[in-house]
Amino acid sequence: MTVSGDITVPGKPLIELVGVTRAFKTPGGSIKAVDGVSLALGQSEAMCLVGESGCGKTTTGRLLAGLLRPTSGQLLFEGKDVWTTKGDELARFRRSVQLVHQDPYASLNPIRTVYQTISAPLFRHKKARDRRSAVSIATDLLQRVGLTPPADFLVKYPHQLSGGQRQRVSIARALSVDPRVIVADEAVSMVDVSIRISLLNLLLALRDEFRVTIVLITHDLAVARYFARRGRIGVMYLGRVVELGASELVVGDPAHPYSAALVAAIPEADPTLTRSKERVELRSAEVPSLLRLPSGCTFHPRCPLFEEGLCDVQVPTLLPIPDGRQVACHVAARERAPAAELLGVR
Amino acid sequence: MPSKGESAPKPRLEADQVLSVRGLSIAYSTRRGPVQAVRDVSFDLRKGETLAIIGESGSGKTTLAVSLIRLSPRTARITKGHILFRKDDDTIDVASLPDSDLREFRWSECAMVFQAALNSFNPVISIWEQFLDTARAHGMTDAKEVRARSGELLGLVNLDPERVLRAYPHELSGGMKQRVLIALSLLLKPSIIILDEPTTALDILTQRAIIDLLRKLREQLGFSMIFISHDLSLAAELADRVLTMYAGTVVERASVKDLFYRPRHPYSMGLLRAVPRVSGALGSVVSIAGSPPDLIHLPEGCTYNPRCPFVIDECKLKEPELVAVDTPQHDARCIRWKHVAELLGKEEAVVAEKMAAAT
Repeated sequence: MTVSGDITVPGKPLIELVGVTRAFKTPGGSIKAVDGVSLALGQSEAMCLVGESGCGKTTTGRLLAGLLRPTSGQLLFEGKDVWTTKGDELARFRRSVQLVHQDPYASLNPIRTVYQTISAPLFRHKKARDRRSAVSIATDLLQRVGLTPPADFLVKYPHQLSGGQRQRVSIARALSVDPRVIVADEAVSMVDVSIRISLLNLLLALRDEFRVTIVLITHDLAVARYFARRGRIGVMYLGRVVELGASELVVGDPAHPYSAALVAAIPEADPTLTRSKERVELRSAEVPSLLRLPSGCTFHPRCPLFEEGLCDVQVPTLLPIPDGRQVACHVAARERAPAAELLGVR
Repeated sequence: MPSKGESAPKPRLEADQVLSVRGLSIAYSTRRGPVQAVRDVSFDLRKGETLAIIGESGSGKTTLAVSLIRLSPRTARITKGHILFRKDDDTIDVASLPDSDLREFRWSECAMVFQAALNSFNPVISIWEQFLDTARAHGMTDAKEVRARSGELLGLVNLDPERVLRAYPHELSGGMKQRVLIALSLLLKPSIIILDEPTTALDILTQRAIIDLLRKLREQLGFSMIFISHDLSLAAELADRVLTMYAGTVVERASVKDLFYRPRHPYSMGLLRAVPRVSGALGSVVSIAGSPPDLIHLPEGCTYNPRCPFVIDECKLKEPELVAVDTPQHDARCIRWKHVAELLGKEEAVVAEKMAAAT
């Protein structure tokens, strides 16, 4: 076990992606939505994957949840390769990893009551034998996710619930099969600002209570910082993880120039601060197409730290820097300093 | 009191006012009964000023914004109030403008930029045709002139006109679409631009580019802006003044600094505390308890009272007036605003003490 600050990076991962690549066929050719990603998550870890649209964070989440088969590489659960397991073992994995979707308006069946939504997986996975036990488990779950009194909610249809309440139902459904891992894809993006934090707190409380591992996928660095404040953040760009490390370091002193650009660009809810923030000027605003990825480091055409003959030639690998983080940047790794320092935006 | 048949004196705007909304109420008719989406809203907008309207979904901010150019759906009705625009030296009341005059007013005086994510473009015609359609609809018929103007505007929003005008909407990224929509809104040189969630659903770096662009255009062209957002940080970036809306009405009206550093309505304070920060201390972040009220059955008294941590019995009796707090330019609809001020003051003192102790 390595410990940095009070952040624990568990020695034995519960779930792990090992050098996973996932390609998709498109009319324009084959694209790698995820390219050589390795991620290991320990029990009851809260981790965030951040990045802009098209960076592969959702695909990574689906690969973790076993909903997409890697084109190459492995998904390991408790050390076993998921895609070679069958029968009971595969069923156990399916129960153990649950996904909470982004859109609470689309992820619940509109013609099913809350009871029907939550009880379906209970019967499917034989956790409830009859209606009575299903009602009792569902009642308990609704209580846990803060939908009280549960009896009122059991009979409701999705259209009778607010966005935040629907998201709580989705979380209750995910919890119904005692998962070990929850992958929450933009689970709070579509609910009102005023209640986002309560949903994040709910997920964190469930992690503490059930020792479940939670991967939150988000484009919002402030949300990531809050959620993973005692955990790690992984920053993705064009299918690769470019920085991975303790949340406060990644957000407070970004090591990769792309993370530094993101942090510097974020508007903040403080007029004086946000209007005087130091910017990172990118060399280009254009995000390259996955069909025609730049050579070497895929960030090089936009990167302010770009060095000709190095960055456009060699693909950087995720390497550790002295503070325990990993960063995929030739310059930051060579200078042994975070990009934020090299760019003067600390 | 004017007697029946005699019209009230025509309201006039001051020289630097471009818009004044006075006592505006809007109701939707629904099967469940009338919905009071906007209730008694008043605010002014000055030349070159940027106003942010913030609030959660269902607070009435979008209804208010679309009603300013009378684009509301048929089921919506202005039940009371005035929307006064300055046109040259004259004042026109859009709330009572006949439909035939609306088209001329829209776009040439006041343009609206809808969320790019909601696909405001016609998908089967090129961007050039979108420009041409808009121009023709508003009486600008010379294609050469439209071409010159659209080229100039696309340049202003940092797009390559040659490439973009030929493109179809699906060929553009979200950020490019938003830029095109902004350029399109400027086509007839309006004095006011209304933007509905201009950066929602855009990536961070794209958001930053749009914010910087709006700031640049505002400086270069001198228009006034009203934008609607649930995103407080956008208001912190761009606004001069901020309106907080709750349950269809204005609960706080203040300069951007007063609102962010000295909020006086518990709802504004609650919203500010619900947003996690990227820089500085993480601090305590808390959601607001409960959820927004049903607009058909509003709570008695202050509409925020069921969620409010400052609530006392008196809050449940009648809806408070919007009253001046701290300064004449800062209003809040709360009888407990002094307690909000006191609590924030105490917290500040505690922080100052801690910082003093640390050094």
